[in-house]
Amino acid sequence: MKKNLYPLVLLGVLALLPLAVKSNYFLHLMILFLLWVVIGSSWNIMAGYTGQVSFGHAAFFGVGAYTAGLLFQHLQVSPWWGMALGGIVAMLIGLPFGAICFPLRGAYFALASLALGEGIRHVATIAENFTGGMMGIMIMPTFISKVPYYYIALGLAILSVLSIQLIIRSKPGYYFVSIREDQDAAASLGINTTLYKNLSLSISAFWTGMAGALYMNYMGFIDPNVVFSLHDYSVMAILVAIVGGVGTIYGPTVGAFIMVAFQEFFRTGFFGLFDYLGEATGSSTITTLSDAVHQAHVLGFGILVIVVILYLPNGVVGDWEKIKRNVFRINPSR
Amino acid sequence: MDVFLQTLVAGILKGGLYALIGIGMTLIMGVMGIINLAHGQLMMLAMYVTFVLNTMGVDPYVSLFVAMPLLFLLGIVIQKFLLNPLIKVETILPENQVLMTVGIGMVLTEIARFAFSSDYKYITTGYANQTFYLGNISFSMALTIAFGVALTFTAAMFWFLLKTDLGRSIRATAQDKDAATLMGVNTGRITVVTFGLGSALVAAAGCLLAPVYYIFPDLGGPFTAKAFIITILGGLGSTVGAIFGGVTLGLAESMGATYFGMEYEDIVGLTIFILVLLFLPGGFKRLTKV
Amino acid sequence: MAYFRVEKLVKKFGGLTAVNDVTFNVEKGEIFGLIGPNGSGKTTTFNMISGVYPPTSGKVVYRDREIQGMKSHRICHLGVGRTFQVVKPLGRMTVLDNVIAASFSRVNSMREARCAALRTVEFCGLTPVQEVLAKSLPIAGRKRLEIARAMATRPELLLLDETAAGLNPTELVEAIELIRKIRESGTTVIIIEHIMHVIMTISDRIHAINFGQTIAEGTPKEVAANQAVIEAYLGTDYA
Repeated sequence: MKKNLYPLVLLGVLALLPLAVKSNYFLHLMILFLLWVVIGSSWNIMAGYTGQVSFGHAAFFGVGAYTAGLLFQHLQVSPWWGMALGGIVAMLIGLPFGAICFPLRGAYFALASLALGEGIRHVATIAENFTGGMMGIMIMPTFISKVPYYYIALGLAILSVLSIQLIIRSKPGYYFVSIREDQDAAASLGINTTLYKNLSLSISAFWTGMAGALYMNYMGFIDPNVVFSLHDYSVMAILVAIVGGVGTIYGPTVGAFIMVAFQEFFRTGFFGLFDYLGEATGSSTITTLSDAVHQAHVLGFGILVIVVILYLPNGVVGDWEKIKRNVFRINPSR
Repeated sequence: MDVFLQTLVAGILKGGLYALIGIGMTLIMGVMGIINLAHGQLMMLAMYVTFVLNTMGVDPYVSLFVAMPLLFLLGIVIQKFLLNPLIKVETILPENQVLMTVGIGMVLTEIARFAFSSDYKYITTGYANQTFYLGNISFSMALTIAFGVALTFTAAMFWFLLKTDLGRSIRATAQDKDAATLMGVNTGRITVVTFGLGSALVAAAGCLLAPVYYIFPDLGGPFTAKAFIITILGGLGSTVGAIFGGVTLGLAESMGATYFGMEYEDIVGLTIFILVLLFLPGGFKRLTKV
Repeated sequence: MAYFRVEKLVKKFGGLTAVNDVTFNVEKGEIFGLIGPNGSGKTTTFNMISGVYPPTSGKVVYRDREIQGMKSHRICHLGVGRTFQVVKPLGRMTVLDNVIAASFSRVNSMREARCAALRTVEFCGLTPVQEVLAKSLPIAGRKRLEIARAMATRPELLLLDETAAGLNPTELVEAIELIRKIRESGTTVIIIEHIMHVIMTISDRIHAINFGQTIAEGTPKEVAANQAVIEAYLGTDYA
């Protein structure tokens, strides 16, 4: 029972956080973290639990964001309504995609999903009259303070993780994992593999679309290269889940935290440490190094991927026992 | 009519290069059963090698002899130290190797950005802009040479795969890894050699492309995409298929650019990709059985 | 009308005819053996019955209903369960979770599925290892798990594909016992088996095929004495 307390404690801390922290910068990072919890967990239910690896989650994220943005732009509907619809529209995009691509197995499916993401990005770029093309969509944010966004993001994260946890511990969850482990065996056990793969995809697309719509509301600006970005969303979603632990409930949450921290760490030059050193010593080498570190966050990601896959293939949560053993020198058998 | 013929010629010449890119990819996909999502990035690296050598006065076609061995070695290192260790590791996702290539691709791109910045680089040669005419149809000198070299490499690759022991072992591994292991093929070593060869072939494509294209760190991604479209078109592990796939993509792209407009070039590739997945899963291999 | 009937079943893979015009009837409650040398088309027949792929021609009739060409999961829900010759454990799930997943084909709530699964696990003698990951079971355990999983879908007709292969003598006796217990529980069984001792002891009737074609059918004694069967197994020299 002790283990079940961690999420509650974490929740309490997250709920009270805005009372203690007034820094907008920090709240912004937390909102990003919460968004990634949603996206990472969504990717995880489809890839980690059902075994259908997607390289195209940016499609669902972007469609969610565009749903909210376009509803406002064309029909003056509040983008908050768009948030409710964003998830549903993402799901509607996912269904025909699933119907077409689920007969494909393994790497072929992954490639098809990659094509989906890239295809929709091109469409959003070319259909200028409807989407504004590369000009993107701009809306006025509803709130000036970041606190409301923080709580909405927190709510979304809690709802998505809870719902996924519920699903995983019931019939569909067992069916998802059975499909991941052996599709033929699953079919022989009376599992309609196509139906359940589509169900998994729908849940995944729905939450990712919601996250996208929230992003539109929060950031106030989107364009095709931002929200349909292969690296910033499709690949990042994979990284979040892998670093945290594929096929575990809290893995993506841990992964989201690590990845957002990691990204910021590089982007700010170890939280300004290099800038400070550069100014303090007046050394031009350190200033150059500092610039290099600013630019290196993608390089850092790449190296992180390689290191994680080599040494922690099941992620921080999945390989927790291994980490305890090797890093903290805790040997459970003793 | 001339426009059509001109487009046709341009497409086929481009297709020769694409075939070279595709053969490397299809070998890797066939032998290891994984998609190498760093394929275009390897080519990008070869282009920078060509660029650096060019600033020292080396002709791009001579740099083939430097870039290919270099990339061959890099391919071997990647397969031996980054991809093969993953086979033994038990993980939930079988796609770990594919994800690893994503990481490798990111690292290669960023290293190039560090070394050369994001600016577009050009290689200027005396012949890059030269053309000659057959009737009313113009042929780009550089692309024609590239096509010829690509054909030579493809033929050499064929001979290698069909006539040498190593080539036979590679084909055996591609068809059935377990059976090949049982027949005494050291499949671990074969995967290493194959990745090296695949990298060397795509490096050749990079050197040939360098004089007629611009060079920037992010060009890897789109070419990786082209590589797997070609492979899907041709069928996994099929060398003949890769040639068909390369030429088809080259033709489709230049037709698309001529008759629809430049911005549709990428869409054409994606459309073909989706159509093939839908209507011809298995690619041309299904039709030719090669 | 027979309880279960396979009629003029044909399967062609490209130019190869794997099963050619096989017909047999199975009565309710019997253990029906399907024998033949390697590559004679037994597993292909099972795959057609259980919907892995459709037959090229012919009919599969189960309780007066044609089921050929249906999807695997539909056929499972109609009450036809199967095991795989090459075992397919859901590796990273525990033995109990494997069986729970199968139980969900008949019930929807977690509680019911768990109860049913616990009973099935006990029925198949897997209780001591129920918390073990399926991939770490030895071969005898995996074969048993195949049976347990199929039983958890509450089949009326069970297709067993070489469940005794690779077992040691003690495990063989246990396997025979389990199959008899399954029949006593009211399930009809069609069994493919290579170990003659097993199939001759437990089958009520046996159907022998070779090169995809029927060569004999009858009681174990009749089939064992059949000239064509002996030739198929031992070669014409010994016949």
